[in-house]
Amino acid sequence: MFKKILIANRGEIACRVMATARDLGIKTVAVYSDADAGAKHVAMADEAYRIGPAPVAESYLKTDRIIEVCRQSGAEAVHPGYGFLSENPDFVEALEQAGIAFIGPSAKSIRAMGLKDAAKALMVEAGVPVVPGYHGDNQDPAFLKNEADKIGYPVLIKARAGGGGKGMRRVDDPKDFADALKGAQREGEASFGDGRVLIEKYLTKPRHIEIQVFGDSHGNAVHLFERDCSLQRRHQKVIEEAPAPGMPEDMRKAMGDAAVKAAKAIDYSGAGTIEFIADVSEGLKSDRFYFMEMNTRLQVEHPVTEMITGEDLVEWQLRVASGEKLPKKQDELSFSGWAFEARLYAEDAPKGFLPAIGTLEHLSLPEASARVDSGVRSGDEITPFYDPMIAKVIVHGPTREAALGKLLASLEATEVAGCVTNAGFLAALCRHEGFAKGDVDTGLIDRDLESLIEEPAMPEDAVALAALTALGLTKPATGNDPFETLAGWRIWSASRQFALLEIGGERHDVEVHALGNRRFQVHLETGARDYKLIEVAAGAITYDCGGHRARAVVADGKKGLTVFLGGHAYPVGLPDALSADEEAGGAGDQLIAPMPGLVKVLSAKAGDTVTKDQPLLILEAMKMEHTLKAPRDGVIGEVLVAEGEQVTDGTILLALAEKSDAAA
Amino acid sequence: MSILKSSLSPKSEQFTANRAAHEAAMDAVKAAARTALDGGGESARQRHVSRGKILPRERVSRLLDPGSPFLEVGMLAAHEMYDGAAPAAGMIAGIGRVEGQEVMILANDATVKGGTYYPMSVKKHLRAQEIAQDNNLPCIYLVDSGGANLPNQDEVFPDRDHFGRIFYNQANMSAKGIAQIAVVMGSCTAGGAYVPAMSDETIIVKNQGTIFLAGPPLVKAATGEEVTAEDLGGGDVHTRLSGVADHLARDDAHALALARRAIASLNRTKISSVALQAPEDPLYDPEEILGVVPADLKTPYDIREVIARTVDGSRFDEFKARYGTTLVCGFAHIHGMPVGIIANNGVLFSESAIKGAHFVELCSQRKVPLVFLQNITGFMVGRKYESGGIAKDGAKLVTAVATTSVPKITMLVGGSFGAGNYGMCGRAYSPRFLWTWPNSRISVMGGEQAAGVLATVRRDGIERKGGSWSADEEQAFKQPIINQFEEQGHPLYATARLWDDGIVDPRKTRDILGLSLSAALNAPIDDTRFGLFRM
Repeated sequence: MFKKILIANRGEIACRVMATARDLGIKTVAVYSDADAGAKHVAMADEAYRIGPAPVAESYLKTDRIIEVCRQSGAEAVHPGYGFLSENPDFVEALEQAGIAFIGPSAKSIRAMGLKDAAKALMVEAGVPVVPGYHGDNQDPAFLKNEADKIGYPVLIKARAGGGGKGMRRVDDPKDFADALKGAQREGEASFGDGRVLIEKYLTKPRHIEIQVFGDSHGNAVHLFERDCSLQRRHQKVIEEAPAPGMPEDMRKAMGDAAVKAAKAIDYSGAGTIEFIADVSEGLKSDRFYFMEMNTRLQVEHPVTEMITGEDLVEWQLRVASGEKLPKKQDELSFSGWAFEARLYAEDAPKGFLPAIGTLEHLSLPEASARVDSGVRSGDEITPFYDPMIAKVIVHGPTREAALGKLLASLEATEVAGCVTNAGFLAALCRHEGFAKGDVDTGLIDRDLESLIEEPAMPEDAVALAALTALGLTKPATGNDPFETLAGWRIWSASRQFALLEIGGERHDVEVHALGNRRFQVHLETGARDYKLIEVAAGAITYDCGGHRARAVVADGKKGLTVFLGGHAYPVGLPDALSADEEAGGAGDQLIAPMPGLVKVLSAKAGDTVTKDQPLLILEAMKMEHTLKAPRDGVIGEVLVAEGEQVTDGTILLALAEKSDAAA
Repeated sequence: MSILKSSLSPKSEQFTANRAAHEAAMDAVKAAARTALDGGGESARQRHVSRGKILPRERVSRLLDPGSPFLEVGMLAAHEMYDGAAPAAGMIAGIGRVEGQEVMILANDATVKGGTYYPMSVKKHLRAQEIAQDNNLPCIYLVDSGGANLPNQDEVFPDRDHFGRIFYNQANMSAKGIAQIAVVMGSCTAGGAYVPAMSDETIIVKNQGTIFLAGPPLVKAATGEEVTAEDLGGGDVHTRLSGVADHLARDDAHALALARRAIASLNRTKISSVALQAPEDPLYDPEEILGVVPADLKTPYDIREVIARTVDGSRFDEFKARYGTTLVCGFAHIHGMPVGIIANNGVLFSESAIKGAHFVELCSQRKVPLVFLQNITGFMVGRKYESGGIAKDGAKLVTAVATTSVPKITMLVGGSFGAGNYGMCGRAYSPRFLWTWPNSRISVMGGEQAAGVLATVRRDGIERKGGSWSADEEQAFKQPIINQFEEQGHPLYATARLWDDGIVDPRKTRDILGLSLSAALNAPIDDTRFGLFRM
């Protein structure tokens, strides 16, 4: 076994690998960029080395720098985590030449699976099922029609060079084939200068089911059962589970055998995942799954497999990479219960899943009820440089129902303030009827997106607690001065105080009367309600309102308050009468960059008359395009950026003319 | 330290009866307070709000730090005076925290006769300034006033402690480095114009605040010039052209934010000159005060029962416990601040007075603030006591109380009669704060005694002339005197005339004293130089 390894990654996976290494008595070396100098993975490692500035191309992707650190630190092996260099065969070869072990498959295996078409061909050769289709060079329309008839409808005609939906046609009825083919060819020609097409079976209700495989350098390979990752959004997995709901035993065996066959076909060593797509239009059937691709690394969602099998996959990786045989044979492996993993991200689901950045001013992860794999701590920052994942919340229960209940409870207990998260969206998924029944497919999220991202109206209790907090009335008395300890004190009257709150973009002036003895009357939209604070400890408030006792957490941050109540987070702004926005006559006159990015498209110029919500500018950030819209009706006063310009968050992009000017 | 032991049972009949009597006395005060809180009444308030202005009490609340206490002074000023025309004398005054610092806030209530100054308004304004000056508290004036109340001009304008004194105080406080901040939120006419003009920093609300020596009607009468109030002395004029004001605010809320900003940049720290401890609640619930204090002033009780419900941990280190026992002296802490307490436990004898003077000397030497719990019928009378020199012993106590430099806070918990008022730091002895309980009475002597003295003089006169005076005639003579003393000695009568800083709920005694002490500790405690003690 290795004595010291380097983890060429960051965030939760770096921490995850270190945890196992530490258990095995292996010393760990972390690498970090400038943006991560204070990160959790750096603090957790036995030693850590700076490898460059924040951008990944100058740090976490710097092969030579990482090899140099291996030499400096004496690390015998490199664990690549996922992403970054984990599937880069050149890196594996460079390590080999430097005499350093790579904790993962060989460069050859990675290459074999790296090219999708070639990988598929390889799988066909090995007898692993692939999506029925024709990928050949014969482009004769009659021949192609014949192929389509063989595959069975519906089929998909795709431009071979295609992407982004261009040159793609779904054909449900054979008589439509000829026209659709012409269309696809024409588009392929126009868009990519290549009119060649391929034909594939179109799956109306696909599920993403993958098999965890493991191989060693002694020619052994096993599988560790399946994971279902059908809950996806734009091909990003959202919630994963193991085993797959409704999986018949014969299909599990068929898939497992196919996966092991695939691994053996490329002499696979280490952890890998064979991704299949299953056609569930008629339920799960052992002859309706098809090879998609193989991921030659440890997956983000590997913990669900660990939870049901009781195996530590990172330990397996380390053993196999150091030359040991697989710890278990196929017949020694079994699973029990059910596991889920939810990916907690800093992203704004209602705003099109816009990645968010910010300081985690308050972070309380459900460690009591779940396994939490996280690379951040309270006070850490989510930067625009890397994946905005906050944590993976992983649960295990004896049944799917029990595990799902635990996942929901854990997500409801998750408290993050300082940047928006998808916790509410994840919790809504847990409450989704179809998901609860196990009726999943990759289209589920898109179909029900509207209800899944619906934000509940802020309950009055949350408003009341925000007002009390804003006025400093919930604070346990700190300090000794009676001017500090006698909150809201008056001689012959209840103190009337006013909290100015911004909720969902609207101002609320909430009146609060202190009644003494930690009792307050709060004037809310539906009338005045009396609140009694039972206990306040570190932001957690136990209160009583009309005989109903409940608990909430109010986190205080730079941008305002976040009230956590009943499993939801409600952000509340505290407007400052002296802020620049206010001086300028209120917000809404400017378009401000919500995150750092590149001005991709600018569709407005000074003097243009625009209407509220009219798209004005597209900002490319985090590999996504974000459309920024006019905050109100008006006339563009000034455009302060140009197309192609890189801007930081908070940059004023353009300004609307003052209303009076526009009217003149 | 020694812990006081209460010998009273909250379950006793007496306790329940006492409480009921105190609650009845408080009901009258609460009714008066409601009137004061309403200001100029519903229609005037509606009119005020309809102009986009925030009501004065809300202005104060919004100016204060969130959660800040507000130690209001003179809340019931002018109560039932001027035919009830000027609740709270048309202004709100008190101490609260702004940007973490204790400040004096003075806010005109324009719903009360346009915020004009009645004689009691002037007195209240000056008293608030006096508190600010004595305790080194920055002043924020929320100005919304038409100036002097013209029908009462003779009692408002000419004398030393009249309107002009306001500006004299502003100048002198500014000279002492006590910040003067004005926020002009309404009119600020004639003499009133000097409040912002005399301030260190002034904020004015756009299209709402006006400052001018003479308003448009007077200008027209004098020169024929026709001009609007805004063009004559509005915010724009004064921040752009005249320089009378420094900051232009969009509205009330913005103006208050700017006032807070002004306080934030004062560069002050409250440096405590006393050794503070962690505060601790009394062992005995202050709620019980209503039950332990007899409703009838004539019923004696142990003042230690009140002290036990006032001081930290009910701990009280008594001084000279065995000597001059009608005056209880000792050290304690209130809200963590050290105090020397001087409390009446009966009539003052020579020994009590000497003991009191000694204790004032001790506190002055150690710079410990003094708290007087006043419940005094007076000094003992009679040949034995006069020949024993009770007048010179009383004078020792009065000298000590008058000349000590430590902060003094007086709580009137019962009777305040005669020279006892002097020795126990009555209003004339400039306590930093003087508060009073609803059951208290204040007069030169008791009504019965006064009527008795006057009746004796009268009877002597009648009898000298050979006449006779029946008992019925005597009673008819005495009753109006007794009634007059009862009316004028009542705390509502007293507080209306600002003989004190306010009537307080006895259960809040500890908190009032704590806030008063904390405010007082904003000023450094000087060395004391006593006057001559007659030996």
